[in-house]
Amino acid sequence: MQTAPLSRYLSLVPSSVMVGVFFAIPFVMILLTSVSTPAEDVDYRYAFDLQHFERFLTWFYIERALFSAGLCALIALISLLIAFPFTYLLTTFGPRTQTSWLIYILAQLSLSEVLIAFSWQILLSRTSGIGNIIAWIGITEKSFSMSPSAGAVVAALVYLAVPFSVLLLFPALSRLDKSLLEASRTLGASPLRTFFTVVIPVTRPAIISSGVTVFVLTLGAIIVPQVLGRPEHWTLSVLITDQAIFNFNMPFASALAVVLLVLSASVIVLVTRYAGGAKS
Amino acid sequence: MKIIRRAYLALFALYLIGPIVIIIAVSFNSKRFLAFPPRGFSFRWYAEIFVANDWFSSLMNSLFIAFASATLAVLIATPIAYCAWRFGLRYAKALFALGIAPFILPPVILALAFLLFFSSVGMHGWMLNVIIGHAIFLLALPLVTISLGLESVDRSLIEASQSMGADNATVFRTVILPIAAPFAFAGFAFCFVLSLNEYIIALMTVGFTVETLPIKIFNALRYGYTPVIASIAVLFLLINIAVFSLIAKFSNLSRILGAMD
Repeated sequence: MQTAPLSRYLSLVPSSVMVGVFFAIPFVMILLTSVSTPAEDVDYRYAFDLQHFERFLTWFYIERALFSAGLCALIALISLLIAFPFTYLLTTFGPRTQTSWLIYILAQLSLSEVLIAFSWQILLSRTSGIGNIIAWIGITEKSFSMSPSAGAVVAALVYLAVPFSVLLLFPALSRLDKSLLEASRTLGASPLRTFFTVVIPVTRPAIISSGVTVFVLTLGAIIVPQVLGRPEHWTLSVLITDQAIFNFNMPFASALAVVLLVLSASVIVLVTRYAGGAKS
Repeated sequence: MKIIRRAYLALFALYLIGPIVIIIAVSFNSKRFLAFPPRGFSFRWYAEIFVANDWFSSLMNSLFIAFASATLAVLIATPIAYCAWRFGLRYAKALFALGIAPFILPPVILALAFLLFFSSVGMHGWMLNVIIGHAIFLLALPLVTISLGLESVDRSLIEASQSMGADNATVFRTVILPIAAPFAFAGFAFCFVLSLNEYIIALMTVGFTVETLPIKIFNALRYGYTPVIASIAVLFLLINIAVFSLIAKFSNLSRILGAMD
């Protein structure tokens, strides 16, 4: 193997500096801050003090972590159930229709979480929302508000997650070997049976990896639980923001961030290992 | 079967588009609150974005930050993707993997990391912070699109031009650039749109000094309701649709999204 000329490495210097200084160093700072210790003259000093993790190990925070994990797993499941059939149909559309749908889905996916939360707040409000329409039709006498509530949080989070699920499932479903489907149909299987016995098993790895990605993504939601939920619906991400911005408690915010990191990483590892085992 | 399919598609479309329809109705309603059936039609909540000074300056901040951070992200990503593809440098591949990581992490972790970093080096609330923050957060997008573009370059074209005496710079300019440029543009556009809509990193880097539109909207939400937010939501959706249509027009959208062509 020939040794690369120095100039090739030199061209990578600016990018290395940017990624190193502005990603690697800040990331290490979270780890260091999470085990820092309170000090007299400054806010905190680097040390190896586990008191912030001890504070996490109280029922209040453990319950929050379990709630976040459970909520995000539920969202991942619902959004896959909604998105999978659609994505499957999407790959059978003509190229023009397909592109228009993809553009709309990308546009909605990019829409700020702040705006999505606002839309659902309006949609579920007493003055301008569904309640209003229901009252107008005459089902109920008076309009009513549907948020804040757990249902509002779930509905809006699924709304955030569905476009991601579609795009994550899209590659596998559009590469699906269509001759498999024809074979199944010629052998007498109904379209529904083909769907459940051929399409789903073949795309199983993609389904699992999309589920994991949506899970991690939903863990990052910050505004929807605050705007559409009550404090008992707050997730770890909301608590981290709360500690950092409003309580100025960087060490505890960092410790919670490390917990969030470990939670996402362990779900990724566990599920991919399970999926890998199931494949062979 | 056909009926089930139609019904399912209709429900799916309703769920996706329903909230948007309500927002559009609110944004064109002349009263502060929407009633059913709607009464009155006006553009006043759109005019407000451009007339009310604070909304307009937030919009300008957001557009400037999105443009600068998308440019920066493409500048950082290009050499990494190029060296990984052209020379197969192991170092470039490692840097590539490291550059993807920020996008996978829950954004609040990255936001907190930036907050700790910028306050410890004394850069309190500079606009530069959020530009760098978004560029690092979204670096994965130009990395991925540019490598996709480079992979579609036929290597025999490079050999042909080299055998005719072209040096590396000439090969880059005349062979690689024309093929890869639309993909770099796609990466830029993805970054631009996502930066425009990003909230938490902006809040934790410049939240108390520079008001971007998502920050301003969140603050407005906490103090009450204004239909201006609805008109901004519609405006943003239109910007997003326009940008992704451009990507679809000038480069291969289904390919970028991972489908076979």
